[in-house]
Amino acid sequence: MSGLAAGIRLALFGHKVLILERHNAPGGLNSFYSFDGRKFDVGLHAVTNYVEKGVKGTPLGKLFRQLRIRREDFGLCPQMGSRVSFPGIDLRFTNDVAVLQSEIEREFPRQIDNFRQLVREIETHDPFRLDDIETSARETVARFITDPLLLDMLFCPLMYYGSAREMDMDFGQFAIMFKSIYLEGFARPFDGVRRIIRVLLARYRDLGGERKMKCGVRKIHTSNGRAHELLLDDGQTITADHVLSSIGRVETERLCDDLPPESGKANIGRLSFIETINIFDRQPAELGWEDTIIFFNDHERFIYARPEDLVDPRSGVICFPNNYQYGSGQTLAEGVFRVTCMADFDGWSALHETEYRAAKKIWHEKLAHKAMEFLKPVPPKTLDDCTIYRDMFTPRTIKKYTGHLGGAVYGASEKVKNGHTHLQNLYLCGTDQGFLGIIGAMLSGISMANYHILRKT
Amino acid sequence: MTNEDAQRLVLEIIAEIAPDEDLSDVKPEINLRDQLDLDSMDFLDIVMELRKKYNIEVPEEDYPHLASLDSCSKYLIPKFKSVSA
Ligand SMILES: Cc1cc2nc3c(=O)[nH]c(=O)nc-3n(C[C@H](O)[C@H](O)[C@H](O)COP(=O)(O)OP(=O)(O)OC[C@H]3O[C@@H](n4cnc5c(N)ncnc54)[C@H](O)[C@@H]3O)c2cc1C
Repeated sequence: MSGLAAGIRLALFGHKVLILERHNAPGGLNSFYSFDGRKFDVGLHAVTNYVEKGVKGTPLGKLFRQLRIRREDFGLCPQMGSRVSFPGIDLRFTNDVAVLQSEIEREFPRQIDNFRQLVREIETHDPFRLDDIETSARETVARFITDPLLLDMLFCPLMYYGSAREMDMDFGQFAIMFKSIYLEGFARPFDGVRRIIRVLLARYRDLGGERKMKCGVRKIHTSNGRAHELLLDDGQTITADHVLSSIGRVETERLCDDLPPESGKANIGRLSFIETINIFDRQPAELGWEDTIIFFNDHERFIYARPEDLVDPRSGVICFPNNYQYGSGQTLAEGVFRVTCMADFDGWSALHETEYRAAKKIWHEKLAHKAMEFLKPVPPKTLDDCTIYRDMFTPRTIKKYTGHLGGAVYGASEKVKNGHTHLQNLYLCGTDQGFLGIIGAMLSGISMANYHILRKT
Repeated sequence: MTNEDAQRLVLEIIAEIAPDEDLSDVKPEINLRDQLDLDSMDFLDIVMELRKKYNIEVPEEDYPHLASLDSCSKYLIPKFKSVSA
């Protein structure tokens, strides 16, 4: 996604651009696939940063302008409503922050003024500064929110949707995520992520951009501190004035012939996820499941860290892609029930094929049942009765299809905000530059293309 | 080239990069940023379009000259003249 956005920017101003993609499908961490005649999105619970038409000065608007895409082209439909669900307490939120505010006022009456102050602090934060110093979000936010339960509840969605760090976030990243989820909101195109990718591809192609699919970069040959030539999977070599890499920092370093192949080990991200998908023969709303997304936790404190076991089912995210306001009576043909939890890459990688398959089956069951504890109760066996298809991915799947070491969806915990690498003409964009998620990835590609190439040439 | 000509070309560029802005009543003497929702990314695009369309180079230290339509025309007219010469 970040590579496509960067490619569009560069092609727009007459640069000759080639996008190299190792996989056979575009989209990377947020791609799409078909199986047994069914269409699936790899990820895409929600497009964050959603604002209504006419709201100015937001990341979504910047993105449309910078890529010269019409807002209508993405076909974004707003969410119904989501919630954070902790033991004995629920906080609902929608694309209108007033709802979250009134929920906090009801459940945490003593914290509401603190919350308002926090919102004011965050509104003044500029997300596009590339020279910010990293600070602890837990410490900063605790100066406003003094109830540890509310603190955990506010952090939970923001960490799940955008923290590469365990237990804490950088405050700048916290502010970006807070705006993108609580002050702006969630949306989804009716056709899912493929709609967004198709728009980007068409834009890129119309501007004369070129792509080579199923052809990765195998090696970056260096000389005099520059990336001087790329060796591709098919044996070809190519040269370029500038190289932007969206594959990750360590992943990129390890392609360079002037660094040892095992370099950067300490920088491999530790957080990976498992996701289960149940396809239903009916709409989730028919079971009384009307939320768009539910961030749940049933532990005393919210622990966001690589689990000891294969999976940590104590907290997670439930998503019903059906529950968006698609308008004019449009509903997805089938019900979709997705559950995500944190998972341990090493554990999953060590399993032999039969163990792996067995573990998938066990955890699919466990996750679905765990999630149901946070949903309106239904009679026993309901889940089995309405499920017509199951799919699932593990940290292993993520590594296999996207090349991200450790299956780390959000990449390394230390980001390189200005995108510089040890080579003069090689820059990072996307995940390890630090803007995360779909909108983040596109903005990262845009910013890095602007900063390193367009401004200077 | 008159002031109006230069300002019209700048407005055309702004219309292209920010189609969601209402440009019907932009006051030439007032800073663009005070009347329109434009940020540094948009100004980069104005500069890039000037280069693409008219071969005009605006170095980064000169960006402040693009603050208002009046300052744009004052700064750009000599540049338009020298590229067409
Ligand atoms: C299951 C899941 C659910 C998600 N849900 C959401 C969501 O609901 N909302 C949201 O905003 N975000 C979501 N995300 C996160 C979002 O998808 C990512 O943050 C974003 O797509 C990252 O884009 P990127 O361009 O930085 O990296 P990537 O998508 O990883 O792009 C890197 C590309 O490089 C390719 N590649 C790797 N190695 C090579 C090589 N050597 N040569 C050539 N090509 C190579 C990869 O195949 C890949 O296409 C989700 C992610 C996952 C995995």
